[in-house]
Amino acid sequence: MLKLIGVLIIIIGFILKLDAIAVVVISGLATGLAGGLSLEDIFSTLGNAFVQTRYVSVTVLTIPVIALLERNGLRETAGRVIMKIHNATCGGILSLFVLMRTVTVALSILISGPVQFVRPVIFPMAKAAAERRKPLSDKLNDQVKAMASAMENYGNFFGQNIFIASSGVLLIVGTLQELGIEIDPYHVAMACIPMGISSVVLASIQNIFFDLFLKKRGY
Amino acid sequence: MTSLILEIMYIMAGIILIMLGIATLVKSKDFISSGFWLIFGIIFTFGKYLPPSWVGALLVFLAGLSATKKIKKTTFHEASAQEKQERSQAIGLKIFIPALSIAIITFLIAKFTPLGGLVGLGVASILSLFLALIITKSHSRYIANDTLSLLQQMGPVLILPQLLSSLGALFVKVDLGTFITQSMVSLIPENNRLVGVMIYCVSMALFTIIMGNAFAAFAFITAGIGYPFVIALGGNPVIVSALGLTAGYCGTLMTPMAANFNILPATVLEMNNKSLIILTQLPIALIMLALHITLMYFWAF
Repeated sequence: MLKLIGVLIIIIGFILKLDAIAVVVISGLATGLAGGLSLEDIFSTLGNAFVQTRYVSVTVLTIPVIALLERNGLRETAGRVIMKIHNATCGGILSLFVLMRTVTVALSILISGPVQFVRPVIFPMAKAAAERRKPLSDKLNDQVKAMASAMENYGNFFGQNIFIASSGVLLIVGTLQELGIEIDPYHVAMACIPMGISSVVLASIQNIFFDLFLKKRGY
Repeated sequence: MTSLILEIMYIMAGIILIMLGIATLVKSKDFISSGFWLIFGIIFTFGKYLPPSWVGALLVFLAGLSATKKIKKTTFHEASAQEKQERSQAIGLKIFIPALSIAIITFLIAKFTPLGGLVGLGVASILSLFLALIITKSHSRYIANDTLSLLQQMGPVLILPQLLSSLGALFVKVDLGTFITQSMVSLIPENNRLVGVMIYCVSMALFTIIMGNAFAAFAFITAGIGYPFVIALGGNPVIVSALGLTAGYCGTLMTPMAANFNILPATVLEMNNKSLIILTQLPIALIMLALHITLMYFWAF
């Protein structure tokens, strides 16, 4: 029973928003001690596993490319691509965004700045499309903001693991390695494609309903 | 061959981290932040040659540094918004080529050579960097500065996925999986694949809702439930674990604990109703969770 203390520490630590790195290491120490390991054993198990799973952090190597492209306006260009669509409905713009977000994150592009992208680009466009007939009420204005943020999350979450070297895929490979199962990150990424597609389809259906909802209220 | 190339990639990543540590020290004389990046870089570069117990001790020290909450983001010189806009206009859509080439080259190497996806990523990163330099016609002196600046923005949580994988090793060492399994046996009918799949997916979502982080839930839920109740019954480990993690993401969509995804954007967008993002996501999250259970049951067996 005592062995569960590590799990308990993780749960409580994350709920209380304590420093995540310290929480994980303390959970490891507590688990090891409760399991009857010596301090030296704990250190070497942790150290050995950390060195063996260095590939989980190997995404660091892509950062120079992304950083250089961001200096050269990668995000600004993506924004202009979306701006080109003039006649779309509010839901149509949101659907295009969730599709683009899923595809780009699956290709490991635009890893940073979701918040910077939704606020200056997606929300103003979706709002403008919804306001062709009359200005949005405060409540509906909030709803458009929520829809735009939701699209950002759907695309980001269910698209990211389609990239072979995303931290999620590497975490899966690392965790299974510790359980004694060797798997290839390529196959994990392929197995994530169906949910990437499903989330774009479901999100688009939600957007169609949102368009109908707006239309009923005369927008 | 593959392991040699991988070791070289780790050393390269380690050098980037060590540079970040040195640059932070020079720029801000901040010993805690620069110490964090230096130690992380040293483990990456020399990890293979250090005694494992030293690495473990260094990790505890890193955790101590992180716990001080004094790891700050040193600001490096960044391109101005106007500069970015001008560059974006001048380069046009071509800018997507180096961005796409990372994924495409990685994919090609993983698919058509025996080297695997990780080596593919390393090769792709280097080739794409050259491609980016050619297409953007940027001076290479910007690379170091911009890389360090972006790493700073990501911050110390960069280490978290790797640390959680390592925590899994300790869970295995003390047989935590077996323990959770034994206590669950009374609740879960044995050898029932459907029930196993449902419990695995729902616990991933549930623990993510409680903790706000699917990565943190993944290691012990997979060891304690996913492995014994789904994979051990013949479930394909690749499919089970891939869907297991995103089943956790369904939980992320439903929880205020994942503040940076669900609450922070509400603040940034100046929304009056701060819980509206979660309410909007709720129906999709529930349908997605049901889809995960269905797909895992029919596809993994």
